[in-house]
Amino acid sequence: MPNGSIAYVRKEEAPTLSPPITETGLVGWLRDNLFDSVGNTILTILGILFLAWAVPPVISWLFIDAVYVGDNRDACVVENAGACWAFVHAKFGQFMYGRYPLEERWRVDLTGVLLILGLAAAAIPQVPFKRLTMLFLLVVFPVLGFVLLTGGDVDLSWSFWLGFAGLGAVLLAIVFVVCLNAGLAPLGPVRDVGLGVLAIALILAIVSFDFGLRPVETQLWGGLLVTLVVAIVGIVASFPIGIVLALGRRSHLPVVRLVSVIFIEFWRGVPLITVLFMSSVMLPLFLPEGVNFDKLLRALIGVALFASAYMAEVVRGGLQAIPKGQYEAANAMGLSYWQGMGLIILPQALKLVIPGIVNTFIGLFKDTSLVLIIGLFDLLGIVTLNFSDSNWASPNTPATGFIFAAFVFWIFCFSMSRYSIYMEKRLHRGHAR
Amino acid sequence: MTNKILPIVFGAALGVAATAASAATLDDVKAKGFVQCGSNTGLAGFAAPDDKGEWTGIDVDVCRAIAAAIFDDPKAVKFTPLTAKERFTALQTGEVDVLVRNTTWTMSRDTTLGLNFAGVNYYDGQGFMVRKSLDVTSALELSGASVCVQTGTTTELNLTDYFKANGMDYKPVVFEKLEEVNAAYDANRCDVYTTDASGLYSIRLQLTNPGDHMVLPEIISKEPLGPVVRQGDDQWFNLVRWTLFAMINAEEMGVTMANVEEMKGSDNPNVKRLLGVDGKFGEAIGLSNDWAARIIKHVGNYGEVFDRNVGPNTPLGIARGVNALWSKGGLQYAPPIR
Repeated sequence: MPNGSIAYVRKEEAPTLSPPITETGLVGWLRDNLFDSVGNTILTILGILFLAWAVPPVISWLFIDAVYVGDNRDACVVENAGACWAFVHAKFGQFMYGRYPLEERWRVDLTGVLLILGLAAAAIPQVPFKRLTMLFLLVVFPVLGFVLLTGGDVDLSWSFWLGFAGLGAVLLAIVFVVCLNAGLAPLGPVRDVGLGVLAIALILAIVSFDFGLRPVETQLWGGLLVTLVVAIVGIVASFPIGIVLALGRRSHLPVVRLVSVIFIEFWRGVPLITVLFMSSVMLPLFLPEGVNFDKLLRALIGVALFASAYMAEVVRGGLQAIPKGQYEAANAMGLSYWQGMGLIILPQALKLVIPGIVNTFIGLFKDTSLVLIIGLFDLLGIVTLNFSDSNWASPNTPATGFIFAAFVFWIFCFSMSRYSIYMEKRLHRGHAR
Repeated sequence: MTNKILPIVFGAALGVAATAASAATLDDVKAKGFVQCGSNTGLAGFAAPDDKGEWTGIDVDVCRAIAAAIFDDPKAVKFTPLTAKERFTALQTGEVDVLVRNTTWTMSRDTTLGLNFAGVNYYDGQGFMVRKSLDVTSALELSGASVCVQTGTTTELNLTDYFKANGMDYKPVVFEKLEEVNAAYDANRCDVYTTDASGLYSIRLQLTNPGDHMVLPEIISKEPLGPVVRQGDDQWFNLVRWTLFAMINAEEMGVTMANVEEMKGSDNPNVKRLLGVDGKFGEAIGLSNDWAARIIKHVGNYGEVFDRNVGPNTPLGIARGVNALWSKGGLQYAPPIR
């Protein structure tokens, strides 16, 4: 083959040119995304004009003209004043703890630190001892938190303990008789139930023990503390109850299905605000005079039942999305109903509905503001309450307070949202989105 | 002192009967060691939290005065913030011992709810606030105006009555919460803001330009605000009523927080009886004879309470007006201690 003699054949590669300046870098990006057609160019310009019109006044109100220090309203009523951050600063303790006594606030802090440590250990996959962590979060922490926040020392009378012992004995006897009738060895189940009763007795003994902590009744709680207590109790209670209700609604046992349907449809059918309102206005009229349910307890029960009904429907959506073959496979392997649900169906179903579950949690978190209806001051409630302090009343005080409350809510809801996306990606096993 | 939450739950579950509250509120209060007082969920000058989260206000001070009279400790009181709708239920069911929540004394409330009004700690009345730019000088010129008003209060009813009686039209713009009414008025969604005059002054502080607004001279309703107790417990009723009277009498006699100790040596027989130097007036209401001296020492007389919470030197700047003593042209009048 002759070499190097054909004039029209190139001997070396053409040099690689850099792409035209209009196709790369900032200019290229702008051309591609913002100015690629007449219509988009017009929209871009309008958008920029809108931002230029809207953003600077907000920034200057929030930060530049804002009042950061001051002892009362005089600082915030000057001409052209912006946000009154001095108000938030002066009231910050109340926004976080409500009217929880100053010298006892370390108890709230300690509870918070324990919760954050427990949640971090549970939520970060690399941390070991997941079972112990869950045991701490679901059993130890609630008891500790209850004792720390309320002061423990619950007044349980002798008649209560007698009744409790009697109830435990009756329960054990029933288990014993049932086992005998079914022809099972009674020792194992009786021991398990006995341990359960003892565990409950131990928890009751702890909450009724006087640790020397000053009692702080829930009337004094407020701010972020109440928001978090209501939201966390609601979330923790509604998840298992919701799963049980969802399974119940799909059960083949007519009574179980009917009860589940009635529960779900009742709680989904009434507004939360009505439930709370009934609990504070009607319920006391039915109780004997002098008997008062703790207001926070009323709110907790209402919110938990309410959220459970929503959670049940979210979980049911997941259950229905699992192909019938999976149920049949579970049966074919000889798994019992609970084994099949726990090992095969629920792990898949719950993974599918993570967005729905987190959606419900976020909704629940924001619904906690409704406890203001029954005179409990959550974060938003206590911010609003402090607008009535005439020492701080100024035109900018309410707006500043609301922005602060919105920001705190946003931090929590956004964190939940991000964590759920992370979990979705982590649990993502083969089904591409 | 111990918690009472769980035993009620478990007690109910186990069928353990709860003890019913007896009729003698004072005995109950002494037994538990504090007064449970129904208060507002936030109203400037009447019940509002200060920077430390302590409740302040003239309603709050009535509760503190009751606690001072019984326990010699103005802090022996717990506040239950109540919304307008819950307040009477809370008192009827015994959740609170006394309700001091800027509650208007009306015949229907006094006679049909099983409650008694023990006196008047603030004479209020419904007024109107308008923008100065409207060039209105009297409420009678408001025909056709849109009026912002809080729903579910006597305010709404008074408004209807007043416009009907004067043959004028108006467009009501109603809201559930005070803050919403404020925002609506400030955003010019209505021409007129109506609520009790005391409220108008505090709301004006929060408007964008307080100087652009004025309170019209007409007061269209009588709103005597006072403490409320359950019917059928005369001892407790007397105690609350005379706590209020003691504060008014103290102002009339010039007994103040600062001079109460030295006034005990006064030669004035009225002062001697008030402060328990002469006579046994405290025993008649189940208290010690220095009950009034305790009130004045810890809380002050009526004038001091008024000036401290809503008076001209506070941001609210409400003048005494009809709340001045009877001897100074006002309505505050207390029967003598004799």
